[in-house]
Amino acid sequence: MSIWEYANPVKFIRTTDIVLPWISAAAVLCLVTGLVWGFFFTPDDYRQGSTVKIFYIHVPAAMMAINAWAMMLVASLVWIIRRHHVSALAARAAAPVGATFTVIALATGALWGQPMWGTWWAWDPRLTSFLVLFLFYLGYMALWSAIENDDTAADLTSILCLVGSVFAILSRYAVLFWNQGLHQGASLSLDAEENVSDVYWYPALVCIAGFVLLFVALVFLRTQTEIRARRSRALLARERRA
Amino acid sequence: MIALLTRDLRLAVRAGGGFGLGLAFFLIVTVLVPFGVGPETGLLARIAPGVLWIGALLACLLSLDRILALDWEDGSLDLLATAPLPMEGIVSVKALAHWLTTGLPLVLAAPLLGVLLSLPQEGYLWLLVSLALGTPALSVIGTFGAALTVGLKRGGLLLSLLVLPLYVPTLIFGAEAARRGAEGLAVQTPLLMLAGISAGAIALLPFASAAVLRINLR
Repeated sequence: MSIWEYANPVKFIRTTDIVLPWISAAAVLCLVTGLVWGFFFTPDDYRQGSTVKIFYIHVPAAMMAINAWAMMLVASLVWIIRRHHVSALAARAAAPVGATFTVIALATGALWGQPMWGTWWAWDPRLTSFLVLFLFYLGYMALWSAIENDDTAADLTSILCLVGSVFAILSRYAVLFWNQGLHQGASLSLDAEENVSDVYWYPALVCIAGFVLLFVALVFLRTQTEIRARRSRALLARERRA
Repeated sequence: MIALLTRDLRLAVRAGGGFGLGLAFFLIVTVLVPFGVGPETGLLARIAPGVLWIGALLACLLSLDRILALDWEDGSLDLLATAPLPMEGIVSVKALAHWLTTGLPLVLAAPLLGVLLSLPQEGYLWLLVSLALGTPALSVIGTFGAALTVGLKRGGLLLSLLVLPLYVPTLIFGAEAARRGAEGLAVQTPLLMLAGISAGAIALLPFASAAVLRINLR
């Protein structure tokens, strides 16, 4: 029993078919619980009023936007090193999901920033690095769709993902150097002295779990779709040759 | 390697107008900016370092697809790949040739265009230094992008989409160094970071470019 068994597409589809309903149900359950709890059963912040509640979508989306890229990086490395097709397809499947999370984080941030900072957008380091991350997602997806040969596309995009990761981190710190920010510091770190209060923390935790499960479910589903699409293409090609 | 370099330089200068094009584009962008933002000297002087950096970056971008596309079309890239020279060496030479034909002229032209934008007196030296340190990184990163898109029919637009995010750190530190120089502030930190990015890119990216090119030539 090793994780590499799931590099076999048939085994991958069979297993994910079993877990997918459970993960989806858990994601829905967590999201509904977390959001309802967060929206209706937590007090308004004494300065931010009810706008503070956008935090239940903004923070998990932002976390998953970064984690999705990290997952793509790992999947790309697995593809480069061990040549498992499922891994390349999983990286491809995760990109649009990650890009969507990035947009959600930017949009909810803008909605929150308008009443709080008095502006939809500021060239703050965090905001800027998220915008750059979004550009990286766009380039990655564009490269995938531009190349016809599947293996070439997988190879090129995985190298782009590696190089892009280095430059994304560089940009993150370059931007920090370039402008001082409006955005508050981390308030959910496990090791920090002062964090967000427990009233907000528990529903936020449930929401984060919900977003993680949602991401996993979407990636499983999209990877299955990619595998099936490729299989049907192979079958069609075989039929044409016969 | 030297033979390849001289060949590339000769091709760039003699064949097909790519050589002066980047410079002309740089000039035109710089001339257009005052039309866009108005001719006040104070405003122009303040934005001059950033505008010159962006102009140089775009001029560099414009000439990227010429690095490999012509050799790809006429098959000389396949010949080079079978030559005893390692692929890493080939892409390094290509990037060097691109820098000598595009980056270096841009660096030398930038102070002249600085006059047009009424760049302050103190700014010229640091503009020159920051561009001289930063444009090699632009060429090397651009070669990576060109290698990624070399097999595509219309790779130009995709090339910009891929390369521009990679240019962000270089642009930030380069423009920051030029701006600080123009305002008479300490330039050491951004210049060191810029030099670091260039050195890192020159040292590591040829391996990525070579890997990508090998995949594309498969």
